[in-house]
Amino acid sequence: MMKLEAIIQPSRFESVKDALREIGVEGMTVTEARGHGRQKGHTEVYRGREYTVDLLPKIKLEMVLPDALVDRVVDTIMKTAKTGKIGDGKIFLSRVEEAIRIRNEERGENAL
Amino acid sequence: MKCAGWKCCFSLVVGTILLAASPLAAQQLPAAAATYSGKSRTLRPEGLSYMVRITNLGMATVAAPAPAEKINEKLEQLEKDVKAAQSAGDNAWMLVSAALVLMMTGPGLALFYGGLVRRKNTLAIMMQSFALMALITVMWALVGYSLCFGGSGPMIGGFEHAFLRGVGAEPNPDYAGTIPQATFMVYQLMFAIITPALITGATAERMKFSGTVLFMMLWFLVVYAPLAHMVWGKGGLLNAALGGKFPTLDFAGGTVVHISSGVSALVCALYMGKRVGYPKQPMPPHSLVLSFIGACLLWVGWFGFNAGSALAASSLATSAFVATHFATAAAALGWSGAEWLKNGRASALGAISGAVAGLVAITPASGFVGPMPALVIGLIAGVVCYLMVTKVKAIFGYDDALDAFGVHGAGGTIGALLTGVFAQQIINPIFGAGKAVGALDGHWGQLGNQLVGVLIAWGFALVGTIIILKIVDAVIGLRVPEEHEVEGLDITQHGEEAYNLET
Repeated sequence: MMKLEAIIQPSRFESVKDALREIGVEGMTVTEARGHGRQKGHTEVYRGREYTVDLLPKIKLEMVLPDALVDRVVDTIMKTAKTGKIGDGKIFLSRVEEAIRIRNEERGENAL
Repeated sequence: MKCAGWKCCFSLVVGTILLAASPLAAQQLPAAAATYSGKSRTLRPEGLSYMVRITNLGMATVAAPAPAEKINEKLEQLEKDVKAAQSAGDNAWMLVSAALVLMMTGPGLALFYGGLVRRKNTLAIMMQSFALMALITVMWALVGYSLCFGGSGPMIGGFEHAFLRGVGAEPNPDYAGTIPQATFMVYQLMFAIITPALITGATAERMKFSGTVLFMMLWFLVVYAPLAHMVWGKGGLLNAALGGKFPTLDFAGGTVVHISSGVSALVCALYMGKRVGYPKQPMPPHSLVLSFIGACLLWVGWFGFNAGSALAASSLATSAFVATHFATAAAALGWSGAEWLKNGRASALGAISGAVAGLVAITPASGFVGPMPALVIGLIAGVVCYLMVTKVKAIFGYDDALDAFGVHGAGGTIGALLTGVFAQQIINPIFGAGKAVGALDGHWGQLGNQLVGVLIAWGFALVGTIIILKIVDAVIGLRVPEEHEVEGLDITQHGEEAYNLET
């Protein structure tokens, strides 16, 4: 099992979500996040006072996947989340030791 | 209200018949006339009185020849009725105006300021406006009205109307001869409410609620009441119509309301010091949507403020209404244009701030100038207030949090001086028929009078506010502790939050 975390542009979220559903991803956790990487923020001016806003709105997707699905999911996100500009985000993968379904105590990939 | 031609004719005919039928019916007609006077010139009270006389004279001579006394009696009665009709029209407008001016404070100013502060201080700033609606109202009933408009001294009124004694249905001919004095009283009250509320823009996000309440009570008595009496009260030092030494033109409160509050705001900002983190930490407005709604309510409410200051539903009220509207539009364009040139973009906050600056600047001039000077006054105010808020404030570094001085102090001063330039006797012959009023009218001396008025208002606000700040600072303190300021005034001063979106 792998945990996938992806930070993407909010404008791409709907397409990514639809594409993932098509390839059989059954669940995900979505967070409206703010952050920055190499993308520069923007300035706002209120009555002559300038503010640099460097934390930009992003969407963070989290999902734990069976090993067999990982490559396809990564490919799909890469394809659908890409705009080609700085600020498109990143994908992080990490190994997951165990998964447990609280309702019926199923474990491992069955619990996903 | 649309009044189709035939409807007017119909009501004319019906009115004539009714009048002819019985003197009792004549008493009912003025009410109908007042309803239509907004659109239909033929049914204005003046026209009516003429028509009524003809009709009744005709009746008298043709139908039943009566002795001359009886005709005179009837005429007297009719004159009374016509007066009552005019009073009804004026009173209706003045009551609406009073309500409009109250609407400027709550919700107008409360929303305008509420949106400009950070989220954690929203309720606190709104509550300050609302508290003044209650506080000043009670003080007004006890002594406030009397101190402003009782008596005829040069500096301050007296106690003859304390506890609103003698303030009822009878007009006070010194101020407004066609409306009940109680209407005049409640209308002027609304000005006394919004003026101190404007100051809260400078002390925002750091002043104690208890300190604010005491400060405002003292400020109303020490600064507002004397200034209001000096400018508008009978015998006041600066009164232009009722025997002032330096007749200052101030139609709706450029000196009394805006210079007084704006200059006091500057003193407060300097005395209290900057907010924690200013100017390094970003403090952007938390909701320009609220501010936007507030500014639009201010624009609408200001028609009551300026046009209502004619104290009658007269052509002068129309003139002030028109001047107010045009100046506001020009000022919004002026501020936005300056901002566009400087930043390459026109912001919503800039446009609404410009509109407020225009409303402020046209306030003293509204009942003295035509639409073209109004455009000029508005445009100048929009650009100058933009520079005050963006440049001058940055140069001197004072933390006038919501720009009460930059907009009201500066805009009020510009407006008061330009009133002396543009005032015209053709709009308002305040010094007597045919006598020039403003500088361009040929009366250059008026500029001097305006300057004296402005200087006295500045001086009064400066000295009064410093003294009051010292007193309040000593008695209960002005600022909240630093940790309360960081946590926000909503929680620490009022024990509640503006937004509990997750509950």
